[in-house]
Amino acid sequence: MVIFSVYVVNKAGGLIYQYDNYVPRAEAEKTFSYPLDFVLKHHDEKVVVSFGQRDGIRVGHAVLSINGEDVLGKNTADGKDTLEYLKDPANYPVSIRFGRARLSSNEKLMLASMFHSLFAIGSQLSPDVGSSGIEMLETDVFKLHCFQTLTGIKFIVLADPRQSGIDALLRKIYEIYSDFALKNPFYSLEMPIRCELFDQNLKGALEIAEKAGNFGAGS
Amino acid sequence: MTVHNLYIFDRNGSCLFYNEWNRKKQAGISKEEEFKLMYGMLFSIRSFVSKMSPLDMKDGFLSFQTSKYRLHYYETPSGLRFVMNTDLSVPNGRDTLQSIYSNLYVEYIVKNPVCVLGHSLDSELFSSRLDSFIRGLPFYSPRAA
Repeated sequence: MVIFSVYVVNKAGGLIYQYDNYVPRAEAEKTFSYPLDFVLKHHDEKVVVSFGQRDGIRVGHAVLSINGEDVLGKNTADGKDTLEYLKDPANYPVSIRFGRARLSSNEKLMLASMFHSLFAIGSQLSPDVGSSGIEMLETDVFKLHCFQTLTGIKFIVLADPRQSGIDALLRKIYEIYSDFALKNPFYSLEMPIRCELFDQNLKGALEIAEKAGNFGAGS
Repeated sequence: MTVHNLYIFDRNGSCLFYNEWNRKKQAGISKEEEFKLMYGMLFSIRSFVSKMSPLDMKDGFLSFQTSKYRLHYYETPSGLRFVMNTDLSVPNGRDTLQSIYSNLYVEYIVKNPVCVLGHSLDSELFSSRLDSFIRGLPFYSPRAA
């Protein structure tokens, strides 16, 4: 039962804080001979599997390293284009590590803003009066919980679907935010949160929530 | 315990079917725009979820809830999307949507030689069977919850 990450979004939709508590890295390194039985393509400055599945490698996985050396975007460590390198039979056998690509900070910013808009659309399309925005979004692998304060700040937590006590955790994070970010005289509102005590207390709160499975009131 | 409304979208984004049973608030925009907004929102949610997900997903986005309603989502491998809004007391509408697909859509639309797939569903039989199916659901009550 894990909490994967925490995002804090300001009232304009910009990401002001992000913390990855647990990032499961599902990676597979294998040696391949020519020809490669995956179809690869460029996607978002990365080389990604577009077709083919084998041994834990799925569609959407990115090429993380070739022959032990991490790739840099679309190019290998030497600066050669990855797709060209893999088309040349002379380079085989080659050992490639595939895995889910880690989100860059830019991507996290974009996703946070995207969620900010989706939250509002969820409220607009409501068939019932007085609905809030999206408070909980469920998939088969994770549950996203969102708490919007009266001032428009959103606290977003991604957790395991079976994890309980997230509502109390969100309120606890709000409390930590008001104690260690808002009361910090050097912190400007709506700006990225760079307060050490906020980080420390947030980590502590996440640990307690994960262990207890149910966050108790008052701490 | 109630079902508010149901949408069926095809893989291109056109709304094939919409019906409401217990809707208390309209969206404030025309029906056409609402369908486009709903489809767009779901498309964005799916893309958002596939990027955010810490692990590889099998079924993907299942549902979301707000303070007043829950939206259930089911997508067939052919790209047909079923969307149902219910109140918060319904925990899992996915099975309902799956049975709507297999018992109603496939039976009355796909197997109907007159119905052109991809156009809006104007089969009266489908609409009436769907209506009685929804009204017969254990979590449907004609009074608003």
